[in-house]
Amino acid sequence: MMTGTGEYPAKRKKLEVLNRAWFILAALWFSLLLLPFKGLKPALILFFVLSAVILFMQYIAGFVRVLTARLHALTGRFKAVSLSHTTSLTVRASFLAVLMVLPFLAQDYFLDVVVLTGIYIILALGLNVIVGFTGLLHLGFAASYAIGAYTYALLNTKAGLGFWYSLPVCAGLAALSGAVIALPALRLKGDYLAIVTLGFGEIVRLILNNWDTFTGGPNGISGIAVPYFFGITIGRLGLHYYITLMAVVLTYVVVKRVRRSKTGRAWIAIREDEVCAATMGVNTMRYKLYAFAFGSFWAGLAGALFAVKMQFVSPESFTFIESVLILCMVILGGLGSIPGVIVGAIILVMLPEVLREVQTYRMLALGAGLIIMMIFRPQGLLGGWGDERRETKDE
Amino acid sequence: MFFQQFINGLTVGSVYALIALGYTMVYGILELINFAHGEIYMLGAYLGIIFFGFFTLTGLTSYSLSLSLALTIILSTAFCSAYGMTVERIAYRPLRNAPRLSPLISAIGMSIFLQNYVMLTQGATDKVFPHIFSTGGFTLFGATATHLQTVIILFSLVLMVSLHLFIRRTRMGKAMRATAQDRIMASLVGINVDTVIIVTFVIGSGLAAVAGIMVAMYYGLVNYSIGYMAGIKAFTAAVLGGIGSIPGAMFGGILLGLVESLGAGYISTEYKDAYAFMVLIVILLIRPSGIFKKSAEEKV
Amino acid sequence: MHILEVRDITKHFSGIKAVEDVSFRVKEGAVASIIGPNGAGKTTLFNCLTGLTKPTKGSIFLSGNNISGLAPHRIVGFGIARTFQNIRLFREMTVLENVLVSQHLRIRSGMVGAVIRGREFIREEREIRDRAFEYLELVGLEDAADLPSLNLPYGDQRRLEIARALATEPKILLLDEPTAGMNPQETLGIMEIIKRLQGLGKTVIFIEHDMRVVMGISEAIIVLDHGVKIAEGSPDSIKNDPLVIEAYIGRNIFA
Repeated sequence: MMTGTGEYPAKRKKLEVLNRAWFILAALWFSLLLLPFKGLKPALILFFVLSAVILFMQYIAGFVRVLTARLHALTGRFKAVSLSHTTSLTVRASFLAVLMVLPFLAQDYFLDVVVLTGIYIILALGLNVIVGFTGLLHLGFAASYAIGAYTYALLNTKAGLGFWYSLPVCAGLAALSGAVIALPALRLKGDYLAIVTLGFGEIVRLILNNWDTFTGGPNGISGIAVPYFFGITIGRLGLHYYITLMAVVLTYVVVKRVRRSKTGRAWIAIREDEVCAATMGVNTMRYKLYAFAFGSFWAGLAGALFAVKMQFVSPESFTFIESVLILCMVILGGLGSIPGVIVGAIILVMLPEVLREVQTYRMLALGAGLIIMMIFRPQGLLGGWGDERRETKDE
Repeated sequence: MFFQQFINGLTVGSVYALIALGYTMVYGILELINFAHGEIYMLGAYLGIIFFGFFTLTGLTSYSLSLSLALTIILSTAFCSAYGMTVERIAYRPLRNAPRLSPLISAIGMSIFLQNYVMLTQGATDKVFPHIFSTGGFTLFGATATHLQTVIILFSLVLMVSLHLFIRRTRMGKAMRATAQDRIMASLVGINVDTVIIVTFVIGSGLAAVAGIMVAMYYGLVNYSIGYMAGIKAFTAAVLGGIGSIPGAMFGGILLGLVESLGAGYISTEYKDAYAFMVLIVILLIRPSGIFKKSAEEKV
Repeated sequence: MHILEVRDITKHFSGIKAVEDVSFRVKEGAVASIIGPNGAGKTTLFNCLTGLTKPTKGSIFLSGNNISGLAPHRIVGFGIARTFQNIRLFREMTVLENVLVSQHLRIRSGMVGAVIRGREFIREEREIRDRAFEYLELVGLEDAADLPSLNLPYGDQRRLEIARALATEPKILLLDEPTAGMNPQETLGIMEIIKRLQGLGKTVIFIEHDMRVVMGISEAIIVLDHGVKIAEGSPDSIKNDPLVIEAYIGRNIFA
């Protein structure tokens, strides 16, 4: 829809000029802020670029509105396609077929990125349970991820335990770590809870960093063995790929099924209105605890996969920024939307790989993206309505 | 050793207190954990080095050290306040009526942005602040307080007292207290809430800038990532004293500095950073309102 | 037979006496209303009954069980459900899902069952779905089942709250101002629903300001003023009670 026709053209014109002046001032302000950090020339360049961009944006504001409407319709259609049962069955089947033969088609480098994407999809799906479904902001998710990774690393290098035996321990301990974080933290509300989870995350990292005799300190643990898979040998990378793919599918199916049950409904109810959920019979404390444990379980799984992929773990991989990165995937895709967070994880892992130049500015863009997202599309790309509505349509 | 650690703790604690004031003031008024506040402090440290370097280069420092130092502080504070205002305008104001977690996420985004902004413009390596204070100092109970430590402690004290007076005695301070108690009521009685919030950010960022410069001088080294840890610690200090309370933030900061310094001295330096987190978690679980009970009077 | 017995319930908020020594009994299958001026402590009383606030003292007996001070989700299990004065739906859920959530306590299969999706799980899910539709039908919302609940018109949101509370299968339904903000037509609809609830054998207690509703359907009325029960009885006796008239002084509430 275009903006209203100019009933008072003179007044509108004046407003526009005034607006433009304000925007130029804003450009000046930003360049002034840059001045001490980068010097005169870049500041001037920034000023001109910003002014040009702002004026250009104003010029194309109408088109942008049309464009965003289109985009909106597109995501809507994507949602509809991904949600309608019949189409998605064939689409899903062929998609899965492509995924199955991918190692025979793709280059090693690409496969490597795909494996990493898979690990992040698992992480994002797990965190989505806590943040997206239950509405509890968890800023220390990397701690559970780290516990999964270190558990496998330690079990393998110190006790010689194989991957498949270690896996349940990794996921179990991670789930336990989630519960340990949650137990005391659940008494707190909103942003206090967020800060306590952050604190736990940092403490875990500091312990990994400083307990040299056990965790290897900042040097980490190397020489982690690769798993065997019924004696099949299809190249190391190919094997990782299939194991990760299986894990992703498992995570997806389990999370989705739990979401569409009493437990999932209780989580959403807590997110929407905790007091009200309690008066409907939901033991809110217990279900918040479940959310933390269940979500962290997947972090443990992802951690073990990560340890296998790198054959090396160190505290550097589990910083606060890592937690934020996973959170970004959940937010970008859409809090609470399962297809959404998968898309979010794919975008945030693949994009910097595809656009090498982006790498330098990756974190900068991530920060800016979070702000922009919160202001303009807090529901994320595919969030809001969709995943929930599904429930009523089938079965 | 105790007194030495005590003096060191007091020094670091005063810095925490200055940063904590920014957290507590913003929380008092917006109920928002201004996650980017630590980065403002980091910006302050960088700006201090940049301006001081500029004055050294132009010869002002060799002409008058105190003048160039004063100018450095004034300019850095001004720029940090500008950054603080901008952060508020971009990342928080559009979200003032959004669900509670949105501004917090936006704040985290801003924090990451500023960190990487400084890394990209200033490089990832450490920056050095030249030694300008003589190494001597006072000796007290066998411990030495260097001149710089004395300056840091006294200057922080002066700033905190002035802030206290500003909030108690001035019209703006009164408006801030009113806004902290009830934003809607305040706007109904004719207080311009937007202005109050901007002033809050300006003051908070200015204090953080001073803290940043002092730390740059104290340690001599600055890195783009110092804001995160300092921010968390200062936030802990604010919670420790009861978030929203200005005297609480001062005491909380100093107390945390002492805990950390004595813990490092007597228990283990390796876990120095963990002490703050443990204190934070314990306080939040046992007594979320802080160790000093917050009365509505003191809240800002 | 009295299903609910409230004994000396008192609730103080840092010195303010919101509810003071209130006692009353409600017969099984009755429709009772609680009236009183604003700030009389009606909603606080409801909050005590549903466990949202812990009473300072006093006890609440539901079919002989003392439930005072229990957590809200425990009390639901004993058979008390409620609606809220300011509508509190799970806004991002569909109408149907709202009603599914409140059948939470009836489902036995946990997470493992949900993952395996065995026969028992499917049966339970189908059962609560069927029941949900029954409850929605009762309030006339069966056609809106798949709509997001936040898109419902105001009156329908109130009715959905009733269906949701009903889905917990309570013995007693507490309705907090069920007709607030409704036009006369919608109000009649709510009265009709309350009668239907009674027909199902439910005990209904509601807070109400609209005296036509109160006098029209309640069998017993409890009057609160400043946290104290000032009268109790049938509509006729309440109408002529001098204390009640004084509490409402200057207002012709029985028009």
